Amino acid sequence: MTGESLKSTPLSASHVALGARMTPFAGYAMPVQYPAGILKEHLWTRTHAGLFDVSHMGPAWLELTLPSGDGEADHRAVAALIEPLVCGDIRGLKPGQLRYTLLLNDKGGMLDDLMIGRPADPELQGRLYVVVNAATKDADFAAIEACSGPAGRLVRAEDGALIAVQGPEAVDLLTTLIPAALDLGFMTFATEAFKGASLTISRSGYTGEDGFEILAPAALAESLWTRLLADGRAAPVGLGARDSLRLEAGLPLYGHDADETISPIEAGLGFAVSKRRLKARDFPGAARVASELAGGLTRVRIGLRVLEGAPAREGAQIAEPSGAIIGAVTSGGFSPSLGASIAMGYVPPAFAEPGTELKVLVRGRAQKAVVVAMPFVAHGYVRKPKS
Amino acid sequence: MMRFTKDHEWVDLVGDTATIGITAYAAEQLGDVVFVELPEAGKVIKTGEAMAVVESVKAASDVFAPISGEVTAANGELGENPQTVNDQPEKSGWFVKIKVADPDEVEGLMDRAAYEIFLAGL
Repeated sequence: MTGESLKSTPLSASHVALGARMTPFAGYAMPVQYPAGILKEHLWTRTHAGLFDVSHMGPAWLELTLPSGDGEADHRAVAALIEPLVCGDIRGLKPGQLRYTLLLNDKGGMLDDLMIGRPADPELQGRLYVVVNAATKDADFAAIEACSGPAGRLVRAEDGALIAVQGPEAVDLLTTLIPAALDLGFMTFATEAFKGASLTISRSGYTGEDGFEILAPAALAESLWTRLLADGRAAPVGLGARDSLRLEAGLPLYGHDADETISPIEAGLGFAVSKRRLKARDFPGAARVASELAGGLTRVRIGLRVLEGAPAREGAQIAEPSGAIIGAVTSGGFSPSLGASIAMGYVPPAFAEPGTELKVLVRGRAQKAVVVAMPFVAHGYVRKPKS
Repeated sequence: MMRFTKDHEWVDLVGDTATIGITAYAAEQLGDVVFVELPEAGKVIKTGEAMAVVESVKAASDVFAPISGEVTAANGELGENPQTVNDQPEKSGWFVKIKVADPDEVEGLMDRAAYEIFLAGL
Protein backbone atom coordinates (compact mmCIF):
# COMPACT_ATOMS: atom_id res chain seq x y z
CA MET A 1 0.00 0.00 0.00
CA THR A 2 2.98 2.29 0.51
CA GLY A 3 3.08 4.22 -2.74
CA GLU A 4 6.41 5.53 -4.00
CA SER A 5 5.41 9.15 -3.60
CA LEU A 6 4.34 8.78 0.03
CA LYS A 7 6.65 10.18 2.67
CA SER A 8 7.75 8.09 5.60
CA THR A 9 8.45 9.13 9.21
CA PRO A 10 11.47 8.20 11.34
CA LEU A 11 9.22 5.51 12.87
CA SER A 12 7.87 3.91 9.67
CA ALA A 13 10.03 0.80 9.98
CA SER A 14 8.89 0.33 13.58
CA HIS A 15 5.24 0.47 12.53
CA VAL A 16 5.74 -2.15 9.85
CA ALA A 17 7.64 -4.35 12.32
CA LEU A 18 4.72 -4.03 14.76
CA GLY A 19 2.34 -5.25 12.06
CA ALA A 20 0.61 -1.91 11.50
CA ARG A 21 -1.76 -1.42 8.61
CA MET A 22 -0.35 1.59 6.78
CA THR A 23 -2.54 4.05 4.93
CA PRO A 24 -1.87 7.22 2.93
CA PHE A 25 -2.64 10.30 5.01
CA ALA A 26 -1.71 13.87 4.05
CA GLY A 27 1.08 12.59 1.81
CA TYR A 28 2.54 10.21 4.39
CA ALA A 29 2.26 6.47 4.87
CA MET A 30 0.85 6.35 8.40
CA PRO A 31 -0.30 3.53 10.70
CA VAL A 32 -4.11 3.49 10.80
CA GLN A 33 -4.13 0.59 13.24
CA TYR A 34 -1.93 -2.12 14.72
CA PRO A 35 -2.95 -5.78 15.08
CA ALA A 36 -4.90 -5.07 18.30
CA GLY A 37 -7.40 -3.02 16.27
CA ILE A 38 -9.00 0.40 16.69
CA LEU A 39 -11.41 -0.61 19.46
CA LYS A 40 -8.76 -2.05 21.75
CA GLU A 41 -6.26 0.71 20.97
CA HIS A 42 -8.89 3.30 21.80
CA LEU A 43 -9.85 1.72 25.12
CA TRP A 44 -6.19 1.14 26.04
CA THR A 45 -5.53 4.86 25.65
CA ARG A 46 -8.47 5.68 27.93
CA THR A 47 -7.16 3.36 30.66
CA HIS A 48 -3.36 3.13 30.21
CA ALA A 49 -1.05 4.94 27.78
CA GLY A 50 -1.22 5.02 23.99
CA LEU A 51 1.79 5.88 21.83
CA PHE A 52 1.04 7.72 18.59
CA ASP A 53 3.33 8.66 15.73
CA VAL A 54 2.13 12.07 14.61
CA SER A 55 5.29 13.00 12.72
CA HIS A 56 3.20 13.95 9.70
CA MET A 57 2.20 17.13 11.49
CA GLY A 58 4.10 20.38 11.09
CA PRO A 59 6.26 21.46 14.00
CA ALA A 60 8.39 24.53 13.41
CA TRP A 61 10.15 27.41 15.12
CA LEU A 62 9.52 31.03 14.26
CA GLU A 63 12.59 33.07 15.21
CA LEU A 64 13.50 36.71 15.14
CA THR A 65 16.21 37.30 12.56
CA LEU A 66 17.86 39.87 14.81
CA PRO A 67 17.00 39.35 18.48
CA SER A 68 17.88 42.26 20.75
CA GLY A 69 18.82 40.08 23.71
CA ASP A 70 16.07 41.61 25.85
CA GLY A 71 13.85 38.56 26.38
CA GLU A 72 10.60 40.41 26.99
CA ALA A 73 11.10 42.76 24.03
CA ASP A 74 12.09 39.86 21.79
CA HIS A 75 8.99 37.89 22.73
CA ARG A 76 6.78 40.86 21.93
CA ALA A 77 8.58 41.28 18.61
CA VAL A 78 8.20 37.67 17.51
CA ALA A 79 4.57 37.59 18.70
CA ALA A 80 3.89 40.64 16.55
CA LEU A 81 5.11 38.70 13.49
CA ILE A 82 2.42 36.03 13.75
CA GLU A 83 -0.45 37.77 15.55
CA PRO A 84 -1.80 39.35 12.32
CA LEU A 85 -2.68 35.82 11.13
CA VAL A 86 -4.31 34.35 14.25
CA CYS A 87 -7.01 35.32 16.75
CA GLY A 88 -5.10 34.29 19.86
CA ASP A 89 -3.14 36.32 22.39
CA ILE A 90 0.43 35.35 21.50
CA ARG A 91 1.99 38.43 23.07
CA GLY A 92 0.46 37.49 26.42
CA LEU A 93 1.96 33.98 26.51
CA LYS A 94 3.94 33.32 29.66
CA PRO A 95 7.33 31.64 29.36
CA GLY A 96 6.72 27.92 28.81
CA GLN A 97 3.06 28.38 27.90
CA LEU A 98 1.43 26.73 24.88
CA ARG A 99 -1.79 28.03 23.38
CA TYR A 100 -4.37 26.57 20.96
CA THR A 101 -5.17 29.16 18.32
CA LEU A 102 -6.63 29.55 14.84
CA LEU A 103 -5.32 30.82 11.53
CA LEU A 104 -8.12 32.85 9.96
CA ASN A 105 -8.86 34.31 6.55
CA ASP A 106 -10.27 37.80 5.96
CA LYS A 107 -13.79 36.43 6.22
CA GLY A 108 -13.14 34.95 9.65
CA GLY A 109 -13.04 31.39 8.27
CA MET A 110 -10.54 28.96 9.71
CA LEU A 111 -7.48 28.13 7.61
CA ASP A 112 -6.14 25.83 10.31
CA ASP A 113 -6.01 25.21 14.02
CA LEU A 114 -2.58 25.14 15.60
CA MET A 115 -0.49 25.39 18.74
CA ILE A 116 1.83 28.29 19.48
CA GLY A 117 4.18 28.24 22.44
CA ARG A 118 6.70 30.56 24.09
CA PRO A 119 9.87 28.85 25.31
CA ALA A 120 10.54 28.88 29.05
CA ASP A 121 14.28 29.23 28.59
CA PRO A 122 15.37 32.89 28.98
CA GLU A 123 17.99 32.22 26.31
CA LEU A 124 15.32 31.27 23.76
CA GLN A 125 13.07 34.34 23.87
CA GLY A 126 12.25 35.83 20.48
CA ARG A 127 11.30 32.37 19.31
CA LEU A 128 7.94 30.59 19.10
CA TYR A 129 7.13 26.89 18.87
CA VAL A 130 4.46 26.36 16.23
CA VAL A 131 2.68 23.06 15.44
CA VAL A 132 0.23 22.95 12.54
CA ASN A 133 -1.82 20.24 10.84
CA ALA A 134 -0.31 17.88 8.29
CA ALA A 135 -2.58 18.62 5.33
CA THR A 136 -2.30 22.39 5.72
CA LYS A 137 1.31 22.80 6.74
CA ASP A 138 2.75 24.06 3.45
CA ALA A 139 0.10 26.76 3.13
CA ASP A 140 0.35 27.66 6.83
CA PHE A 141 4.11 27.99 6.77
CA ALA A 142 4.02 30.02 3.56
CA ALA A 143 1.51 32.41 5.17
CA ILE A 144 3.62 32.74 8.32
CA GLU A 145 6.77 33.40 6.30
CA ALA A 146 5.02 35.98 4.14
CA CYS A 147 3.57 37.71 7.19
CA SER A 148 6.85 37.84 9.13
CA GLY A 149 8.90 39.09 6.22
CA PRO A 150 12.64 39.58 6.72
CA ALA A 151 12.20 40.16 10.47
CA GLY A 152 11.47 36.49 11.06
CA ARG A 153 12.75 33.10 10.05
CA LEU A 154 10.59 29.97 10.01
CA VAL A 155 12.56 26.80 10.70
CA ARG A 156 10.60 23.66 9.94
CA ALA A 157 11.29 20.85 12.42
CA GLU A 158 9.40 18.12 10.62
CA ASP A 159 12.50 16.07 9.82
CA GLY A 160 12.26 14.75 13.37
CA ALA A 161 9.59 12.63 14.96
CA LEU A 162 6.54 13.85 16.83
CA ILE A 163 5.39 11.22 19.31
CA ALA A 164 2.24 11.58 21.41
CA VAL A 165 1.97 9.70 24.70
CA GLN A 166 -1.64 9.85 25.84
CA GLY A 167 -3.68 8.37 28.64
CA PRO A 168 -4.02 8.31 32.42
CA GLU A 169 -0.74 6.41 32.75
CA ALA A 170 1.17 8.64 30.29
CA VAL A 171 2.77 10.68 33.04
CA ASP A 172 4.00 7.63 34.98
CA LEU A 173 5.29 6.11 31.77
CA LEU A 174 7.14 9.14 30.45
CA THR A 175 8.67 10.12 33.79
CA THR A 176 10.48 6.76 33.94
CA LEU A 177 12.60 8.11 31.06
CA ILE A 178 12.27 11.85 31.55
CA PRO A 179 11.56 12.70 35.20
CA ALA A 180 11.24 16.44 34.47
CA ALA A 181 8.07 15.78 32.45
CA LEU A 182 6.26 15.59 35.79
CA ASP A 183 6.75 19.32 36.31
CA LEU A 184 4.93 20.30 33.13
CA GLY A 185 1.45 21.73 33.67
CA PHE A 186 -1.34 21.31 31.13
CA MET A 187 -0.57 23.37 27.99
CA THR A 188 3.03 24.09 28.89
CA PHE A 189 6.20 22.82 27.21
CA ALA A 190 9.91 22.59 27.83
CA THR A 191 13.12 21.34 26.29
CA GLU A 192 14.52 18.29 28.06
CA ALA A 193 17.77 16.41 27.62
CA PHE A 194 17.58 12.78 26.52
CA LYS A 195 20.59 10.70 25.50
CA GLY A 196 22.66 13.74 24.72
CA ALA A 197 20.05 15.38 22.51
CA SER A 198 17.17 17.68 23.31
CA LEU A 199 13.48 16.88 23.17
CA THR A 200 10.71 19.45 23.02
CA ILE A 201 7.97 18.10 25.28
CA SER A 202 4.53 19.63 25.69
CA ARG A 203 1.78 18.53 28.03
CA SER A 204 -0.97 18.46 25.45
CA GLY A 205 -2.69 16.13 23.05
CA TYR A 206 -5.67 15.28 20.91
CA THR A 207 -7.40 12.52 22.86
CA GLY A 208 -8.94 14.33 25.83
CA GLU A 209 -6.56 12.49 28.14
CA ASP A 210 -3.59 13.72 30.10
CA GLY A 211 -0.47 13.27 28.04
CA PHE A 212 2.48 14.65 26.17
CA GLU A 213 3.65 15.41 22.67
CA ILE A 214 7.37 14.97 22.12
CA LEU A 215 9.41 16.41 19.28
CA ALA A 216 12.52 14.26 18.95
CA PRO A 217 15.44 14.33 16.52
CA ALA A 218 15.03 11.60 13.88
CA ALA A 219 18.14 9.75 15.07
CA LEU A 220 16.62 9.33 18.52
CA ALA A 221 13.05 8.62 17.52
CA GLU A 222 13.20 4.87 17.26
CA SER A 223 15.06 4.40 20.53
CA LEU A 224 12.62 6.66 22.39
CA TRP A 225 9.62 4.88 20.82
CA THR A 226 11.04 1.43 21.56
CA ARG A 227 11.94 2.26 25.15
CA LEU A 228 8.49 3.67 25.83
CA LEU A 229 6.85 0.63 24.20
CA ALA A 230 8.88 -1.77 26.31
CA ASP A 231 6.88 -0.58 29.33
CA GLY A 232 3.78 -2.69 29.97
CA ARG A 233 1.66 0.42 30.34
CA ALA A 234 2.27 1.45 26.71
CA ALA A 235 0.71 0.23 23.47
CA PRO A 236 1.00 1.64 19.94
CA VAL A 237 -2.13 3.38 18.71
CA GLY A 238 -2.91 4.28 15.11
CA LEU A 239 -4.70 7.16 13.42
CA GLY A 240 -7.99 5.24 13.49
CA ALA A 241 -8.22 5.36 17.28
CA ARG A 242 -6.75 8.86 17.31
CA ASP A 243 -9.85 9.93 15.37
CA SER A 244 -12.35 8.11 17.61
CA LEU A 245 -10.58 9.45 20.73
CA ARG A 246 -10.68 13.07 19.59
CA LEU A 247 -14.30 12.67 18.52
CA GLU A 248 -15.29 11.50 22.02
CA ALA A 249 -13.28 14.41 23.44
CA GLY A 250 -15.38 16.81 21.33
CA LEU A 251 -12.29 18.15 19.57
CA PRO A 252 -12.83 19.36 16.00
CA LEU A 253 -10.85 17.82 13.15
CA TYR A 254 -9.62 20.43 10.71
CA GLY A 255 -10.93 19.84 7.19
CA HIS A 256 -14.07 18.23 8.59
CA ASP A 257 -15.49 20.02 11.65
CA ALA A 258 -13.62 23.21 10.83
CA ASP A 259 -12.83 24.74 7.46
CA GLU A 260 -12.30 28.04 5.70
CA THR A 261 -16.02 28.86 5.67
CA ILE A 262 -16.56 28.21 9.38
CA SER A 263 -15.77 30.82 12.03
CA PRO A 264 -14.33 30.15 15.50
CA ILE A 265 -17.63 31.14 17.09
CA GLU A 266 -19.69 28.82 14.89
CA ALA A 267 -17.28 26.01 15.78
CA GLY A 268 -17.63 26.65 19.51
CA LEU A 269 -14.00 27.74 19.70
CA GLY A 270 -14.68 31.19 21.14
CA PHE A 271 -12.21 30.42 23.94
CA ALA A 272 -9.45 30.66 21.33
CA VAL A 273 -10.39 34.27 20.49
CA SER A 274 -8.38 36.70 22.62
CA LYS A 275 -10.40 39.38 24.41
CA ARG A 276 -7.64 41.92 23.80
CA ARG A 277 -7.53 41.08 20.10
CA LEU A 278 -11.30 41.18 19.79
CA LYS A 279 -11.48 44.59 21.43
CA ALA A 280 -8.78 45.85 19.06
CA ARG A 281 -10.43 44.05 16.09
CA ASP A 282 -6.87 43.33 14.93
CA PHE A 283 -7.14 39.81 13.51
CA PRO A 284 -8.56 38.61 10.17
CA GLY A 285 -12.33 38.36 10.19
CA ALA A 286 -12.67 40.15 13.54
CA ALA A 287 -15.81 41.95 12.35
CA ARG A 288 -17.58 38.66 11.66
CA VAL A 289 -16.49 37.19 14.98
CA ALA A 290 -17.73 40.29 16.81
CA SER A 291 -21.09 40.25 15.05
CA GLU A 292 -21.55 36.54 15.72
CA LEU A 293 -20.75 37.09 19.39
CA ALA A 294 -23.37 39.84 19.40
CA GLY A 295 -26.01 37.34 18.33
CA GLY A 296 -25.58 37.08 14.58
CA LEU A 297 -24.95 33.34 14.46
CA THR A 298 -26.67 31.19 11.85
CA ARG A 299 -25.12 27.82 12.68
CA VAL A 300 -23.18 26.25 15.53
CA ARG A 301 -21.29 23.04 16.11
CA ILE A 302 -23.20 20.56 18.24
CA GLY A 303 -22.68 17.10 19.62
CA LEU A 304 -25.24 14.42 18.82
CA ARG A 305 -25.89 11.06 20.32
CA VAL A 306 -27.47 8.80 17.71
CA LEU A 307 -30.08 6.74 19.52
CA GLU A 308 -30.85 4.09 16.90
CA GLY A 309 -29.54 2.50 13.76
CA ALA A 310 -26.21 2.91 12.03
CA PRO A 311 -23.51 5.42 12.95
CA ALA A 312 -24.07 8.81 11.30
CA ARG A 313 -20.88 9.76 9.53
CA GLU A 314 -19.62 12.88 7.77
CA GLY A 315 -22.17 14.16 5.28
CA ALA A 316 -25.25 12.64 6.93
CA GLN A 317 -28.03 15.22 7.01
CA ILE A 318 -29.52 16.46 10.27
CA ALA A 319 -33.27 17.05 10.34
CA GLU A 320 -35.95 18.38 12.65
CA PRO A 321 -38.33 15.71 13.97
CA SER A 322 -40.79 16.95 11.32
CA GLY A 323 -38.28 16.08 8.61
CA ALA A 324 -36.98 19.51 7.55
CA ILE A 325 -33.23 19.43 6.90
CA ILE A 326 -31.39 21.83 9.23
CA GLY A 327 -27.75 20.81 8.91
CA ALA A 328 -25.22 18.08 8.40
CA VAL A 329 -22.85 15.84 10.31
CA THR A 330 -19.19 16.84 9.93
CA SER A 331 -17.75 13.84 11.72
CA GLY A 332 -19.26 10.90 13.47
CA GLY A 333 -18.93 7.27 14.24
CA PHE A 334 -18.98 4.66 16.93
CA SER A 335 -17.77 5.67 20.38
CA PRO A 336 -15.85 2.75 21.89
CA SER A 337 -16.02 4.26 25.39
CA LEU A 338 -19.78 4.79 25.30
CA GLY A 339 -20.70 1.82 23.12
CA ALA A 340 -22.91 4.18 21.15
CA SER A 341 -22.90 6.28 18.01
CA ILE A 342 -21.90 9.92 18.36
CA ALA A 343 -21.47 12.74 15.89
CA MET A 344 -20.64 16.41 15.50
CA GLY A 345 -22.37 18.67 13.06
CA TYR A 346 -23.73 22.14 12.40
CA VAL A 347 -27.30 23.34 12.98
CA PRO A 348 -28.97 26.73 13.58
CA PRO A 349 -28.55 27.93 17.20
CA ALA A 350 -32.25 27.31 17.92
CA PHE A 351 -31.57 23.56 17.76
CA ALA A 352 -28.33 23.55 19.73
CA GLU A 353 -29.65 23.14 23.26
CA PRO A 354 -28.69 19.80 24.86
CA GLY A 355 -31.74 17.58 25.01
CA THR A 356 -33.13 18.80 21.67
CA GLU A 357 -34.50 15.83 19.74
CA LEU A 358 -33.41 15.66 16.12
CA LYS A 359 -33.01 13.09 13.35
CA VAL A 360 -30.02 12.02 11.33
CA LEU A 361 -30.49 10.63 7.84
CA VAL A 362 -28.36 7.58 7.18
CA ARG A 363 -28.78 5.90 3.79
CA GLY A 364 -32.23 7.42 3.46
CA ARG A 365 -33.42 6.35 6.89
CA ALA A 366 -34.34 8.92 9.57
CA GLN A 367 -32.81 7.85 12.88
CA LYS A 368 -33.46 9.43 16.27
CA ALA A 369 -30.68 11.54 17.74
CA VAL A 370 -30.41 13.96 20.64
CA VAL A 371 -28.20 17.00 21.12
CA VAL A 372 -25.71 16.45 23.94
CA ALA A 373 -23.04 18.63 25.51
CA MET A 374 -19.45 18.00 24.46
CA PRO A 375 -17.09 16.45 25.36
CA PHE A 376 -18.94 13.17 25.00
CA VAL A 377 -16.39 11.60 27.35
CA ALA A 378 -14.98 13.71 30.19
CA HIS A 379 -11.49 15.11 29.68
CA GLY A 380 -8.69 13.81 31.88
CA TYR A 381 -6.36 16.82 31.60
CA VAL A 382 -4.17 17.64 34.60
CA ARG A 383 -4.83 21.00 36.17
CA LYS A 384 -1.82 21.85 38.24
CA PRO A 385 -2.11 24.82 40.58
CA LYS A 386 0.14 27.67 39.54
CA SER A 387 3.29 27.63 41.63
CA MET B 1 -19.70 -27.01 0.28
CA MET B 2 -18.79 -23.38 0.83
CA ARG B 3 -18.11 -21.17 -2.15
CA PHE B 4 -16.37 -17.81 -2.22
CA THR B 5 -16.34 -14.58 -4.23
CA LYS B 6 -13.63 -12.11 -5.10
CA ASP B 7 -15.50 -9.61 -2.91
CA HIS B 8 -14.80 -11.91 0.05
CA GLU B 9 -18.26 -13.28 0.66
CA TRP B 10 -19.00 -16.92 1.31
CA VAL B 11 -22.04 -18.88 0.19
CA ASP B 12 -23.09 -22.19 1.68
CA LEU B 13 -25.81 -23.90 -0.37
CA VAL B 14 -28.01 -26.58 1.21
CA GLY B 15 -30.95 -27.61 -0.96
CA ASP B 16 -32.19 -24.38 -2.50
CA THR B 17 -31.24 -22.22 0.51
CA ALA B 18 -27.90 -20.45 0.65
CA THR B 19 -26.38 -18.95 3.78
CA ILE B 20 -24.24 -15.88 3.01
CA GLY B 21 -21.59 -14.11 5.05
CA ILE B 22 -18.23 -12.41 4.74
CA THR B 23 -14.97 -14.31 4.93
CA ALA B 24 -12.46 -14.31 7.77
CA TYR B 25 -10.17 -12.30 5.52
CA ALA B 26 -12.84 -9.62 4.97
CA ALA B 27 -13.66 -9.45 8.69
CA GLU B 28 -9.98 -9.01 9.51
CA GLN B 29 -9.63 -6.27 6.91
CA LEU B 30 -12.67 -4.40 8.19
CA GLY B 31 -11.52 -4.47 11.77
CA ASP B 32 -13.90 -4.25 14.72
CA VAL B 33 -17.45 -4.45 13.40
CA VAL B 34 -19.79 -2.17 15.35
CA PHE B 35 -22.98 -2.28 13.26
CA VAL B 36 -24.48 -4.43 10.53
CA GLU B 37 -27.43 -3.39 8.39
CA LEU B 38 -29.20 -6.38 6.83
CA PRO B 39 -32.02 -6.72 4.30
CA GLU B 40 -35.41 -7.87 5.57
CA ALA B 41 -36.94 -11.23 4.83
CA GLY B 42 -38.81 -11.15 1.52
CA LYS B 43 -36.40 -8.77 -0.16
CA VAL B 44 -35.23 -9.92 -3.58
CA ILE B 45 -31.52 -9.37 -4.09
CA LYS B 46 -29.61 -9.44 -7.36
CA THR B 47 -26.01 -10.49 -7.93
CA GLY B 48 -23.64 -7.57 -7.52
CA GLU B 49 -26.10 -5.25 -5.80
CA ALA B 50 -25.39 -3.85 -2.34
CA MET B 51 -27.40 -6.09 0.01
CA ALA B 52 -25.98 -5.15 3.41
CA VAL B 53 -23.76 -2.57 5.08
CA VAL B 54 -21.14 -3.43 7.62
CA GLU B 55 -19.72 -0.66 9.78
CA SER B 56 -16.39 -0.73 11.54
CA VAL B 57 -15.23 1.98 13.95
CA LYS B 58 -13.69 3.72 10.99
CA ALA B 59 -15.99 3.31 8.02
CA ALA B 60 -19.11 1.87 6.43
CA SER B 61 -18.65 -0.78 3.73
CA ASP B 62 -21.20 -2.24 1.34
CA VAL B 63 -21.60 -5.99 1.09
CA PHE B 64 -22.60 -7.06 -2.40
CA ALA B 65 -24.95 -9.93 -3.12
CA PRO B 66 -22.82 -12.84 -4.37
CA ILE B 67 -25.85 -14.48 -5.99
CA SER B 68 -29.50 -13.65 -6.71
CA GLY B 69 -32.45 -14.82 -4.69
CA GLU B 70 -35.05 -13.93 -2.07
CA VAL B 71 -34.05 -13.28 1.53
CA THR B 72 -35.69 -15.80 3.87
CA ALA B 73 -33.87 -14.84 7.07
CA ALA B 74 -31.44 -12.24 8.40
CA ASN B 75 -29.13 -12.95 11.32
CA GLY B 76 -30.72 -11.07 14.23
CA GLU B 77 -27.77 -11.93 16.45
CA LEU B 78 -25.69 -9.33 14.57
CA GLY B 79 -28.00 -6.57 15.79
CA GLU B 80 -27.16 -7.37 19.40
CA ASN B 81 -23.58 -8.51 18.89
CA PRO B 82 -22.05 -7.16 15.67
CA GLN B 83 -18.66 -8.33 16.98
CA THR B 84 -19.79 -11.87 16.08
CA VAL B 85 -18.75 -11.00 12.51
CA ASN B 86 -15.15 -10.73 13.75
CA ASP B 87 -15.33 -13.64 16.16
CA GLN B 88 -16.94 -16.21 13.87
CA PRO B 89 -17.20 -14.75 10.38
CA GLU B 90 -17.73 -18.05 8.61
CA LYS B 91 -20.07 -19.58 11.22
CA SER B 92 -22.43 -17.72 13.57
CA GLY B 93 -21.48 -14.40 11.97
CA TRP B 94 -23.56 -15.20 8.86
CA PHE B 95 -25.58 -12.32 7.35
CA VAL B 96 -28.59 -13.72 5.47
CA LYS B 97 -30.20 -16.86 4.15
CA ILE B 98 -31.71 -16.69 0.70
CA LYS B 99 -33.79 -18.92 -1.53
CA VAL B 100 -31.54 -19.04 -4.55
CA ALA B 101 -32.84 -18.15 -7.97
CA ASP B 102 -30.30 -20.27 -9.84
CA PRO B 103 -28.19 -22.91 -8.05
CA ASP B 104 -25.76 -22.94 -10.99
CA GLU B 105 -24.75 -19.44 -9.97
CA VAL B 106 -23.30 -20.90 -6.76
CA GLU B 107 -21.43 -23.57 -8.68
CA GLY B 108 -19.68 -20.87 -10.67
CA LEU B 109 -18.04 -19.39 -7.55
CA MET B 110 -14.61 -20.35 -6.19
CA ASP B 111 -14.16 -23.30 -3.87
CA ARG B 112 -11.98 -22.83 -0.79
CA ALA B 113 -8.78 -23.94 -2.49
CA ALA B 114 -9.33 -21.49 -5.34
CA TYR B 115 -10.23 -18.68 -2.90
CA GLU B 116 -7.03 -19.27 -0.92
CA ILE B 117 -4.99 -19.06 -4.10
CA PHE B 118 -6.85 -15.83 -4.89
CA LEU B 119 -6.05 -14.45 -1.41
CA ALA B 120 -2.40 -15.39 -1.73
CA GLY B 121 -2.23 -13.29 -4.89
CA LEU B 122 -3.57 -10.11 -3.23
